[in-house]
Amino acid sequence: MARAVSQQRKIINTTSAWVIGLLIFFPILWTILTSFKTEATAIADPPVFLNFTWTLENYTAVLERSNYARFLWNSIIIAGGSTILGLIIAIPAAWSMAFVPSKRTKDILLWMLSTKMLPAVGVLYPIYLLFIKMGLLDSRLGLVVVLMLINLPIIIWMLYTYFKEIPGEILEAARMDGASLKEEVVYILTPMAIPGIASTMLLNFILAWNEAFWTLNLTAAKAAPLTAFIASYSSPEGLFFAKLSAASTMAIAPILILGWFSQKQLVSGLTFGAVK
Amino acid sequence: MATQQSRTTARYMLAPAVVLLLGWMLVPLIMTLVFSFKRYLPLRGGDLGWTGFDNYIRFVTSSAFWPAVVTTLILVGSVLIITVVLGILLALLLNQPMWGQGIVRILVIAPFFVMPTVTALVWKNMFMDPVNGLLAHLWRFFGAEPVIWLSDVSLGSIVLIVSWQWLPFATLILLTAIQSLDGEQLEAAEMDGAPPFKRFAFIILPHLGRAVTIVILIQTIFLLAIFAEIFVTTGGAFGTRTLTYLIFQRVLESQNVGLGSAGGVYAIILANIVAIFLMRIVGKNLDA
Repeated sequence: MARAVSQQRKIINTTSAWVIGLLIFFPILWTILTSFKTEATAIADPPVFLNFTWTLENYTAVLERSNYARFLWNSIIIAGGSTILGLIIAIPAAWSMAFVPSKRTKDILLWMLSTKMLPAVGVLYPIYLLFIKMGLLDSRLGLVVVLMLINLPIIIWMLYTYFKEIPGEILEAARMDGASLKEEVVYILTPMAIPGIASTMLLNFILAWNEAFWTLNLTAAKAAPLTAFIASYSSPEGLFFAKLSAASTMAIAPILILGWFSQKQLVSGLTFGAVK
Repeated sequence: MATQQSRTTARYMLAPAVVLLLGWMLVPLIMTLVFSFKRYLPLRGGDLGWTGFDNYIRFVTSSAFWPAVVTTLILVGSVLIITVVLGILLALLLNQPMWGQGIVRILVIAPFFVMPTVTALVWKNMFMDPVNGLLAHLWRFFGAEPVIWLSDVSLGSIVLIVSWQWLPFATLILLTAIQSLDGEQLEAAEMDGAPPFKRFAFIILPHLGRAVTIVILIQTIFLLAIFAEIFVTTGGAFGTRTLTYLIFQRVLESQNVGLGSAGGVYAIILANIVAIFLMRIVGKNLDA
């Protein structure tokens, strides 16, 4: 801007933005703080904010629950597995649509997007039934496949958008020099596409980690990830605020950190490139 | 230029994704359609034959249907209004020069990354619990009787929870859109003496139109499918049973698959109406 913003206005902006920002963030902050309190302090009246004796006992208690590690492991396998499987299928598809477009490319892309719009509840029973028939109910494999499928359109779209930005001239030059299709992909495209692939991976890992329709409905005890573990605190254990907070903090902390890195990709990824 | 060989290769590379998505779409969809025309009670006799449009009629004439429609509309409508209005205001604020902008952005976006079950449970217990919740403390501090949030203002509470979850999404997208606005145009308007409100109404708002539309469409699709937030907080009680939740209860809780499937078909049609508009915008963007 040509005109220098007055210092006073900047102070007002900063103050109001920080107040609102902290207000929005407060539930998360409160959860994190509560996780370090004793159960008694957690429900103290009036509530204590910072002046309490910090303790790690809730984390120990949650971790000692014999099954916590399994829920965590399930989350990692399901979110990670579905993301990797999705990338394996999506990379060639996005590559071919970005670099060898045909008349139908646009229609195919839009159709893929439309599958994402299918409400899960509309196909709940068929999937449930197929899962029973194939012995996939309450299995990690089943969830890996389902979460891969629901996120596949987003993965393909994001990759397509990134690949599109790679200049075609580079490929042509490589072809002139006699590079084979395989060499083209391995030596030229892949290195250029890695940042795009990495951010796609990140966003999809987050989406899969937080998915809470299929993970709640298709798992019981064996394959349940953290979403279901937290839901099991619903009652009456939920009354233990400090332990609930510790469990919640552990479930969201890795994703909050990953999420901060993916803010930029979030916009183009979730609006299918319509807002950049 | 693409050769014939590379076209063939390209087709093979695309095939797995297309086949998988086609299967994922068609198989369950056809099954839902078939079930919706059947009397199908897995726990009480299984498949009891065809019933024509009976399930479709029974689903919309059941006493739970209209309340569920109203609940869904209120939930989706309120959250959309709250997130879009606050999202625009917040995006305008975050676009101003300030200290620590990056950190404020992170604080504002954070709720979007919290898993829905955690969001629901944290709000339900630590904020809305009528005895030990933070809001109850706050009410008592001002000498008021604590509100029993999830039964007395159940739908309002869920609107609050879901808005908290989705405000970051709206803000982030609208902020991105504002940042793409041509600064010179605004400056020129300011030079010409246009007051802030006019600059907002005639330059910023029209520019945001498309982004707002996209936010509304994408959020509508996700909001229609809200599940975990209700599952964990009220379990569909106290007037918080949305269409999605009603269908879930029909299918998995009362195991009336025929009836639930007919509901599912309605939900699919509803989502598709919204989707058509979204696809049109996204499609236009592809041409550009």
